[in-house]
Amino acid sequence: MKLRGKVWKFGSDVDTDAIIPARYLTTFDPRELAEHCMEDADPSFAARVKPGDIIVAGKNFGCGSSREHAPLAIKAAGVSCVIAATFARIFYRNAFNIGLPIFESPEAAAEINEGDEVEVDAATGLITNHTTGKTYRAAPVPPFMQQIIAAGGLIPYVAEKVKKNV
Amino acid sequence: MTITEKILAAHAGKKQVEPGELINARVDLVLGNDVTAPVAIREFEKIGVEDVFDRERIALVPDHFTPNKDIKSAEQSKILREFAKKYDLPNYFEVGRLGIEHCLLPEQGLVGPGDLVIGADSHTCTYGALGAFSTGVGSTDLAAAMALGETWLKVPESLKFEFEGELGPWVGGKDLILHTIGDIGVDGALYRAMEFTGPAIENLSMDGRFTMCNMAIEAGGKSGIIAPDRITREYVEGRCRWPYKFYTSDADAKYEKVYSYDVSRLEPQVAFPHLPENSRPISEVGVVEIDQVVIGSCTNGRMEDLREAAKVLKGKRVHNNVRLIILPGTPEIYLQAMQEGLIQIFVEAGGAVSTPTCGPCLGGHMGILAAGERCVATTNRNFVGRMGHPESEVYLANPAVAAASAILGRIAGPGEVE
Repeated sequence: MKLRGKVWKFGSDVDTDAIIPARYLTTFDPRELAEHCMEDADPSFAARVKPGDIIVAGKNFGCGSSREHAPLAIKAAGVSCVIAATFARIFYRNAFNIGLPIFESPEAAAEINEGDEVEVDAATGLITNHTTGKTYRAAPVPPFMQQIIAAGGLIPYVAEKVKKNV
Repeated sequence: MTITEKILAAHAGKKQVEPGELINARVDLVLGNDVTAPVAIREFEKIGVEDVFDRERIALVPDHFTPNKDIKSAEQSKILREFAKKYDLPNYFEVGRLGIEHCLLPEQGLVGPGDLVIGADSHTCTYGALGAFSTGVGSTDLAAAMALGETWLKVPESLKFEFEGELGPWVGGKDLILHTIGDIGVDGALYRAMEFTGPAIENLSMDGRFTMCNMAIEAGGKSGIIAPDRITREYVEGRCRWPYKFYTSDADAKYEKVYSYDVSRLEPQVAFPHLPENSRPISEVGVVEIDQVVIGSCTNGRMEDLREAAKVLKGKRVHNNVRLIILPGTPEIYLQAMQEGLIQIFVEAGGAVSTPTCGPCLGGHMGILAAGERCVATTNRNFVGRMGHPESEVYLANPAVAAASAILGRIAGPGEVE
């Protein structure tokens, strides 16, 4: 799968309250969450983001709360993937579980700029910046996580496991 | 092996585990709240199982937006209530009987030493204070664990934190953990287990230990843990609902890194906006005028916290420019505080005492900040917009500092009001 779009650049330690403020957690409707995605980091984001766009951020992206609403909001906003230097661990787990592709690459996170046109080959982790011509290799996805992705997320993976045990 | 590795090995049916190893681990308790459980319940119903793995070992605590603040939050709580009825779950807690989840579950004996707990709430790491492995996950992981009674985990590397010396007056678990996060940063323990040791920890009360482990996540930690001892035993004896086991780290256990702090001269700490790592000693705070003080939360809403606050507030008045909001962590804590006369002290001082709820900590309700307002809070996060308007500010501190600040209308140490 090739993911391609324009880059929205954020700094380090983007927390889950910035991704989706708790005042909107009285719903888990993805469309409603998407309307407030990144609101406290960039109030104009939700209105301007286009399908396929890519979020690039520094270290510790998604730190803070365990709310799955954070990757859900990003996915529902149309963002095709997130590239960061590192991810906070609960966000990392949640992103895989709900099917939001994420890639770890400190080099790409440092060098890619706001507005660049970037493409990611989800299968190989190859990141291409079409604006600068530079390429990067994301950290490989652990094999177990690949199984979850192949199954279409954690729930189909578990459902399959349950069916086999019956 | 470390205490963390031993607990994980025991729950994976293995003699030994190594950091980095992926395991399938049996869970002793899983937990969800009114924000995270509705998503988990929807996902659970997709799995195709007829029942939950164990009806006694699922805790549902609608503590975030309760007593429900609006129609939408009421609908969310209703999902939990109906799910609990459908599967006959005894550990669903209703308003009036519920407390803040991480104060409530240990108090109710639902977590014990050696247990493995996952919860769809990032502060699930609190239970490490009992010598349990516990960590936060998302809703989908909760759904899978409610069906299977197990979860996949990567065995974390452990970081050891040694605290030498004796703590001074008005210095406690909150100050130890804010100081630690200030040193290593908000991702200083990313994916790691934080093991807290040393004389200062051995002498720390159970409530202080809960506060420390609660904030392991604010350093990016997967878990925080303290080896169980006499203090732990006194807390869990006659309280735990099921058998527990004390684990300790071996003398030759491997740590990725060891940090040592002499804390005998540690001052109360204050974390400035907008990250918990921005901590500094109270003597270096300067003049910061405030509008609100919140005392409570899963970090500092326990008996000892209320006693500290009351000690400072007794016979004093809250500053004219300040709203003081106090939230006891559970109904039991509320009652105990009444019996000890603490509630009277708070109300006489001009504070508002609330029923247990997460409320203002996450900007939910019961004390939201307007643009430009500043709050001193005993909570755990001071992110942008955490307690309300994106242009408001939260300063994290211990309950004694929060109480002193409420009296003086600016961030202050308890020594200044004595």
